[in-house]
Amino acid sequence: MTTQFSLAELVIVSAAEAFRGGGEVLATGIGPLPRIAVGLAKLTFAPELCMTDGEAYLVEEPVPLGPRNGYQPKYSGWMPYGRVFDSVWSGKRHAMVTPVQVDRWGQGNIAALGDLKKPKVQMLGVRGFPGNSVSHKNSMFLPAHTKRAFIEGEVDVVASVGFSDKRWPEGVKKLPVDIGVVVTNLCVMDFNGPDHAARVIALHPGVTFEEVQAETGFPLLRAESVKTSAAPTEEQLAIIRKLDPTSIRATVIKGNPPGLRAA
Amino acid sequence: MNKQMQLADVVASLKDGMTIGFGGWGPRRKPMALVREILRSGLKDLTLVALGGPEIGMLCAAGKVKRVIYGFVSLDFIPIEPFFRKTREAGGVQASELDEGLLVLGLQAAGHRLPFLPTRVGLGSDVTTINPEFKTVKSPYADGETFLAMPAIKLDVALIHVTRADRLGNTQTDGPDPFFDALFARAADKCYVTTEELVDRIDLVHPDKAKSNLFERYLVTGVVEAPLGAHPTTAHDLYGWDVEHFKEYQALAGEEGGWKKYFDKYVAGPESGYADRVGGASRIRNLPIPTF
Repeated sequence: MTTQFSLAELVIVSAAEAFRGGGEVLATGIGPLPRIAVGLAKLTFAPELCMTDGEAYLVEEPVPLGPRNGYQPKYSGWMPYGRVFDSVWSGKRHAMVTPVQVDRWGQGNIAALGDLKKPKVQMLGVRGFPGNSVSHKNSMFLPAHTKRAFIEGEVDVVASVGFSDKRWPEGVKKLPVDIGVVVTNLCVMDFNGPDHAARVIALHPGVTFEEVQAETGFPLLRAESVKTSAAPTEEQLAIIRKLDPTSIRATVIKGNPPGLRAA
Repeated sequence: MNKQMQLADVVASLKDGMTIGFGGWGPRRKPMALVREILRSGLKDLTLVALGGPEIGMLCAAGKVKRVIYGFVSLDFIPIEPFFRKTREAGGVQASELDEGLLVLGLQAAGHRLPFLPTRVGLGSDVTTINPEFKTVKSPYADGETFLAMPAIKLDVALIHVTRADRLGNTQTDGPDPFFDALFARAADKCYVTTEELVDRIDLVHPDKAKSNLFERYLVTGVVEAPLGAHPTTAHDLYGWDVEHFKEYQALAGEEGGWKKYFDKYVAGPESGYADRVGGASRIRNLPIPTF
């Protein structure tokens, strides 16, 4: 029997893998798929992860997305924003975030498009990205892998720090930057090639390396053995449905395509 | 000692060009009754400091702002504050955009009377391009590391909304997150609070809630009774942010003359009639607090 699953569900399983073996840290998935992914990791192979209810409390049982419908979160601790900053700066955190632009240096932008003084498009601002990126591990999820997201040049605003030298003041030693994986609707990448070059480490079923390269504004390397992203198991799908009972995950990737492309 | 004031008294004490900080976070616990009173005043050339929500968008739309020092300006479910976005895209204000944590450190430095605090936050990012005046500092110890020296963000005034207060200036703030209200209070020469409930002596009425006191009363200059004064933002545990109201506000930001329409419909006229203009006090009290 072939299990039916959506691309979003496949992405969640790939994204959950980002949190394997990372130890007892605050895991923050920002946005529906990363948040479900953290919950899935915690409920399967990474019970050590600390996570919040999305507001100010720690929970051991991930809080489902959407309307509570009588669900009562069970609080294990308190995590107001003040303590989130303490966690960030201590390094004991791994976030998965969604930049609007990513460049070949692993720099990310959520701040604005165009000139900083008078932006063409004001986006979110740098928010916590500068501090996060030099303090703890960060992975990324991008729902639409295109050249507009993975751009040819440098991001318009460097919100999260990558491996470029350009913005470091003269004589200042560059801080280590820890980018985990970059999960997209096409593949999983990292920045672990020579000189932190971007590499494809897994392709979603039916996607070719050439297709990914054609949708990316900078050159990609192939990892030594490029895997095919794992299909969700029945157990994983059941957990995903429990964590997202109103199927918010269906709204994230355009058209909510199936996980296995039609032949 | 009686620190009770009226909204108009507070705004009369403010001056053009002042640096004003706002407590709360995004569309949560903003001192909106005071913001509306400022909107009704002739104040201008203000520098605003906030983890911002509608207070920033409204004051920008009204042309009262010279500079904004901010970690973000968001309505959460509307990710970018619509009038702030409009102002920014027109190049209408000087924007000192910071990492959220840098704003916290800048307020902390001011409250502790330090010129700066060292941090790694901001290094390597465009924060230093946006704020070219920021300097670095080298550790005098064996590690020799170079840090960003986040300058103190000194406030003339902090405006904060609380749950309960007394006439002495004691306050209590309910809700899951105190945000950085205490840092705003400490960083300011004067701090004015608006409160949902005003009592004579909080120790006689709510002694069991002393842990929800976020800052000492010697930091509080004045207390204004302003029930529902955080609307359209959330005030735990009393009412949630007003989705319908914010959607109309967002739609108006997309219209020619939209700010004037908003101002005339909701802000103009005395604050005492505000609740009725936005659908009545009982409607506000029934606004659900959003979950995530």
